[in-house]
Amino acid sequence: MNADRTPPHSILEIRDLTVRLPPGGDRTNAVENVSMHVNAGEIVCVVGESGSGKSVTAQTVIGLLPREQLTPTSGSVIFEGEDVLTLSRERMRGLRGKRISMIFQEPMTALNPVVRVGRQIAEVFRSHGLEPGRGGMPSISDLLESVRLPEPERLQNSYPHQLSGGQRQRIMIAMALALSPSLLLADEPTTALDVTTQARILKLIREMQDRYHNGVLFITHDFGVVAEIADRVVVMRDGQVVEQGPTDRILRNPQQDYTRMLISAVPSMVPAKRKRAPDAPVALRTENLAKTYGGGSWFRKGWEVKAAEAVNLELRRGQTLGIVGESGSGKSTVARCVVRLIDPTGGKVYLGDTEIGNVRLRELKPMRKRIQIIFQDPYRSLNPRRSIGKSLIEGPTNFGVPEREAWARAVQLLEIVGIDPDAHARFPHQFSGGQRQRICIARALAMEPDVLVADEAVSALDVSVQAQVLDLLTDIRDRFDLSVLFITHDLRVAAQVCDSVAVMHQGRVVEYEPVEQLFAAPTHPYTRELLAAAPGRHWNFQAFCEATETVAALDG
Amino acid sequence: MALYILRRLLAVIPVMLVVAVFVFLLIRLGPGDPAAQLAGDAATAEDIQRIRERLGLHLPIHVQFITWFGNILQGDLGMSIANNRPVSSLILARLEPTLMLTLTTIIFVVLVAVPLGAIAAWNHGRWIDRAVMAFSVLGFSIPVFVLAYILIYVFAMWLGVAPVQGFVSPTDSLYRFFAHIALPVLSLSTIYIALVARITRATVVETLGEDYIRTAYSKGVRDRDILLKHALRNSWVPVVTVIGISIAALIGGVVVTESVYNIPGLGRLTVDAVLASDYPVIQGLILVFSFTYVLINLVVDITYAALDPRIRY
Repeated sequence: MNADRTPPHSILEIRDLTVRLPPGGDRTNAVENVSMHVNAGEIVCVVGESGSGKSVTAQTVIGLLPREQLTPTSGSVIFEGEDVLTLSRERMRGLRGKRISMIFQEPMTALNPVVRVGRQIAEVFRSHGLEPGRGGMPSISDLLESVRLPEPERLQNSYPHQLSGGQRQRIMIAMALALSPSLLLADEPTTALDVTTQARILKLIREMQDRYHNGVLFITHDFGVVAEIADRVVVMRDGQVVEQGPTDRILRNPQQDYTRMLISAVPSMVPAKRKRAPDAPVALRTENLAKTYGGGSWFRKGWEVKAAEAVNLELRRGQTLGIVGESGSGKSTVARCVVRLIDPTGGKVYLGDTEIGNVRLRELKPMRKRIQIIFQDPYRSLNPRRSIGKSLIEGPTNFGVPEREAWARAVQLLEIVGIDPDAHARFPHQFSGGQRQRICIARALAMEPDVLVADEAVSALDVSVQAQVLDLLTDIRDRFDLSVLFITHDLRVAAQVCDSVAVMHQGRVVEYEPVEQLFAAPTHPYTRELLAAAPGRHWNFQAFCEATETVAALDG
Repeated sequence: MALYILRRLLAVIPVMLVVAVFVFLLIRLGPGDPAAQLAGDAATAEDIQRIRERLGLHLPIHVQFITWFGNILQGDLGMSIANNRPVSSLILARLEPTLMLTLTTIIFVVLVAVPLGAIAAWNHGRWIDRAVMAFSVLGFSIPVFVLAYILIYVFAMWLGVAPVQGFVSPTDSLYRFFAHIALPVLSLSTIYIALVARITRATVVETLGEDYIRTAYSKGVRDRDILLKHALRNSWVPVVTVIGISIAALIGGVVVTESVYNIPGLGRLTVDAVLASDYPVIQGLILVFSFTYVLINLVVDITYAALDPRIRY
């Protein structure tokens, strides 16, 4: 509907853009001599790790660089014939939301929590002197319907916290496309979503782009997503463009080592082959584990949510058991019950031969060191005011290990997880996300546990870093003969590290098989859905070619 | 929501009961015999005994409490020892000036402090911000009575634009009400303006860094709307908390301000009652103040739910 207004050629042309970082950083410029372009009706993916300058590039285009911190020093950003770097603040505001719009990574925090979503969408119109549903403008319901949200009339009166992550991201998309802009910037819009939701949002972005014929600049770190959605690819590293070209060419024949590394870091859907002892002793077992949340009082009707129900799992020594499912499936509830961060409301948990699900906290305490957990967010799971060395020795010294001994072990562990032991006096913020997760792993290992629970431990990491941390997890499992309970929403990741996988859906285990069998012959419809949702599943990233075999196997 | 309010109102009962027991015991356990004090230095033992019997102080303590509490429930707070009038009517007579002073002050505080804090936050790190913060530190540091005397000296005695002291009811003359209350309000509000402005600034600065503010910018929302509709709208909860605490603390500040400006309110009554060891009046005042605190808390909690849809009771 927009095609006649926009020229068929380039909508956005970035030429030699350099954006300076504030002094004192690890490099002078956030982006340096970056050139790229986006045509109408085209999705261009900008791929790179955190810190590659991909978000800064997008923020420059829409004029949202943090004031007085990041300043474009040279180059030009030509949008529909105008250099946006030279526009006044007010003129730039007039473009935002109307001609250029943007969606962001975190749908949970990107919407104003105290304003109804319908009003937030209407605000896009009103900020540009328009009114939804009048003067040829779509109404709020039209927009909600176009992003396939159910019951638009009711939904527009909801507050963001009443919607799921996927629904919120749809609201964001409805908002971004309300005034049919010619350029959509999408900054990791699916990274924080479940695999199934991600697949649906990617499909929606494709559909919307077909309909409006706008250009899309799509930022991601995941070549799986690239294979799913991109027409062209721009690879960035340390603020510079490393390589760019059509998706097929880049995927088949990457010219740069960095590109090759990023592509092959995408976890494959083919389970890694390894030998395992079928009669290894059972390290962790649950028996009809259940967790029910409920409440009620004199004045209120009782309510009940079955977060997990009748969960029977068995983890043998030296093996990895995966629990896969989307948010709300109960997988994290199981993880937390097993380490007794929360108390199960039914069933039993056996650590070795000892039941720990129902014992009192005093009796539980000596068992704590035998089962340790790593969390999703390495930014928030380390005490920011405590040096990492101190964080590492805290657990063991609590259990009576002499400090000198604990230090010796901490140094050893840092080395094992690939952190320079001389950095033990540093604080968490001085490390990158991947390094922090390594530190968290070392912290867990310091307790010399039998069982390690990894709750979405790699989900917040870039694909390339994720691959390294997965290698580390596998390595320490074999080295210390650990049992790992691996919680993830990503089947691809599970395929890489797990010996067997339990798929959870709505609080129940719906399928529980050895990993090869699960991938070769999934029986439950939900498992099939999860498999079908994996981004880039038609592509074999390790072999740089299409994965016809894998797909045939899955579809058959 | 209506259920929640009802529940909270019912919860006031046990709180007030505890306060009542505490108030009752506090006076009974305190040093000095009220009967002896009342009787004066020249009294004989019989005089004291007579007074004691008249006040019911000779009865067992639990009987005293039951009688006393039963009377309270009927609105009878007892008789003032010092001037022989019912405590309830004494308090009622002094209520208006204090109520007017507190209300005017808190409205003034909100009207000045919230915009000040929001503007400072918007101009984070610039001179306006620094000026507001400097004022804020100053406001914190000046004691109420010092500021009160400075204001009287400058505006009442030197410039002669305001009366030195006294109170006029707004029902008598609105103009004279404002003329009389201006200086007390100014001296009483300064510290709370400083406090509320500071909290508003800090909260708005934090809110301006939220993801949804970035979203609002990306939609092309005007600066003014970003500050008012997005940032300030999301900053109210902590600000309201501090305003609630301020109101509670204000009632304490009233004692000093009323004394300085000679306003015949509850603050003055408190001072007089303490000086005269007028126990029934002190008890009555403590009960009234406690009840006010409980009510303020309730209003603050209900306001939360109105301000943030995520808060539901």
